[in-house]
Amino acid sequence: MTNTLKRFSVRLNTRNGTIDMTHGSGGRAMAQLIEELFVRHFDNDLLRQANDQAAFDVPGGRMVMSTDGHVISPYFFPGGDIGSLSIHGTINDVAMSGARPLYLAAGFILEEGFPLADLEKIIISMAQAASDCGVPVVTGDTKVVEKRKGDGIFITTTGIGIVPQGVNISGDLAQPGDAILINGTIGDHGVAIMSSRENLEFETTIESDSAALHTLIADIVELVPQVHCLRDPTRGGVATTLNELAQQSGVGMMLSENALPIHPAVAAACELLGLDPLYVANEGKLLCICAQQDARRVLEIMQAHPLGQKAAIIGEVIEDEHGFVQMQTSFGGSRIIDWLTGEQLPRIC
Amino acid sequence: MKYVDEFRRNDLAKILSKAIHQEARDDRQYNLMEFCGGHTHAIFRYGVQDMIPENVNFVHGPGCPVCVLPTGRIDNAIQLAIEHDVILCTYGDLLRVPASDRKSLLKIKAEGADIRMVYSTQDALKIARENPQHEVVFFAIGFETTTPPTAVAIKQAQLEDLKNFTVFCNHVLTPAAIQNILESPEVREMDTVSIDGFFGPSHVSSIIGSQPYEFFAEEFQKPVVIAGFEPLDVMQSSLMLIRQLNTGRHEVENEYTRVVSREGNRKAQALVAEVMELRRNFEWRGLGMVPYSALQIKQKYEIFDAEKRFKVADIQASDVKGCECPKILRGAKKPTDCKLFGVVCTPENPMGSCMVSSEGACAAYWSYGRFRHPEKQQTDKQQETV
Repeated sequence: MTNTLKRFSVRLNTRNGTIDMTHGSGGRAMAQLIEELFVRHFDNDLLRQANDQAAFDVPGGRMVMSTDGHVISPYFFPGGDIGSLSIHGTINDVAMSGARPLYLAAGFILEEGFPLADLEKIIISMAQAASDCGVPVVTGDTKVVEKRKGDGIFITTTGIGIVPQGVNISGDLAQPGDAILINGTIGDHGVAIMSSRENLEFETTIESDSAALHTLIADIVELVPQVHCLRDPTRGGVATTLNELAQQSGVGMMLSENALPIHPAVAAACELLGLDPLYVANEGKLLCICAQQDARRVLEIMQAHPLGQKAAIIGEVIEDEHGFVQMQTSFGGSRIIDWLTGEQLPRIC
Repeated sequence: MKYVDEFRRNDLAKILSKAIHQEARDDRQYNLMEFCGGHTHAIFRYGVQDMIPENVNFVHGPGCPVCVLPTGRIDNAIQLAIEHDVILCTYGDLLRVPASDRKSLLKIKAEGADIRMVYSTQDALKIARENPQHEVVFFAIGFETTTPPTAVAIKQAQLEDLKNFTVFCNHVLTPAAIQNILESPEVREMDTVSIDGFFGPSHVSSIIGSQPYEFFAEEFQKPVVIAGFEPLDVMQSSLMLIRQLNTGRHEVENEYTRVVSREGNRKAQALVAEVMELRRNFEWRGLGMVPYSALQIKQKYEIFDAEKRFKVADIQASDVKGCECPKILRGAKKPTDCKLFGVVCTPENPMGSCMVSSEGACAAYWSYGRFRHPEKQQTDKQQETV
């Protein structure tokens, strides 16, 4: 790229400059934005070919594809930003099928007036996340909308991956008797976002758990390829994700409140704000449903991975024609864990 | 979470559960009304019902501020936002409460009205400071607990000479509502609702004290136990109510002594008394017009009264046909007795206010307790529409 950078006499002002309509016009300003920010930071062979698409060879077998839009506010938050989140989110969606993620595409919608310094920071964070995950961003698109027609920055990422032979993971495969596991503490992301909201700042040491889970999943499917379901409990939290799985599989579930891993600071923040951690979003967690006899093995694999040290078996799948998710409370009673109604937090991912 | 977990301990719950089972007689029913939505929420969230005998029944009362607000007042708020183009600041729960013509604050927000969700009166003041060109109205609701912060906001607005800030005051009073329930025909004459005793409000009582309940405990001969909002509080208070009933007493007892005194918080009372005064009449959803059951802003502070500034007129609105919220709020029916419950009325699509707030009896039944009544739900499904 060093040759092409010389095409522009004045470099992009990433210190004080802002996005304007010309950055989305298809002209030289857009070409400069792409070259000096996107190509420079995402740098890889496929992107450098500068085509409108990326062409690559794929091995045979079953492929998966997933897409995810990111509109989070604020776009910088404790433990991450919209950039790293947009990489992790899509890698996770691809990997929850058991697949090994291969490539990503990224679409940006920028609002006129958006600071180039923030954009560069976000791009660098995305590039770092993609590089750490070993999943390159190989094609992309940028559009600019007029002031007040957007909210700073929206990022959509699409990913593809390949499923290893013999792996069949799907939300409709949970069976009565199966164990339900999670790889760590719940509600960290939502509470971190809430603590940095403009109208609700409060002091907390909690950081978002935003992380790519594909290496943890690779470990699980390598050793226990027969796991039944994997899903990341993002918006709507653990409660809503388990309800989705219960409905898809036509089963009930029984959780144990005592077994739920919850960071004390998250529990305290939720207590204060009247939230239930079960409904608070996560960005680096996965729920795994597997046969009871595999549960111990999966738990050990999780606990041996850096992203699963606080993993726990939190409940079991039961027969229930109504498809209810229930919980034995620590207090000694039982209650239903329903779908999330309305929103607990707006724009969390 | 020290100081909170202690009130949710399973070992203590088991001891109390045993004591309640021993104390409760087999030959009678115990119908205990929890006035507050906070109690309803605790009962369902922690599964308290699983730990008490079957003949001890919790009757859910009208103590959810969102639930008792009549439709007309929401219509008023919508008018303020649309016709007077104000920035309307409100607590989150109110956004989804159904108003007339299938409107709600959430719907008019989507259509462009400037509705802001706030967490406190201080947020509303901040919005007023930041938007001096706009009228900012704080939609104040709640029982005695939330009244002092509203009074503080009004005094602060006066101090700062915030000319664009007003309050749409809907603060209501607990003792007047309890008395109204006890005087209702269902309880007094028809005997269709049997209420043997009350769990007194916890947070409300921290402000007003336990004294205001003494009158009707005596007058109506019903025991009252002021109860905290934690599940062990609810169990301990159940035991205290059952003991009173078994020994024929009808006293005001205070389980929540760690917070509530007989006199209450006199400083907060004085603050409210300086800014607000009794309203002659106020409509409650479920109870109708209840005299001297709400507060209005005193003349001295009327420049901060949205009702005066925008000449808010009473609106007589009717509720959705078939919605049993009014009877449910009086304890005369259970959520599952309503034909709309779970059929067309769910938390996603609430027809009545009791389905909106998590403290509402219908929402609590639906979200936490409906596995207790699945058979009822199945038989009713798809039989009725509005």
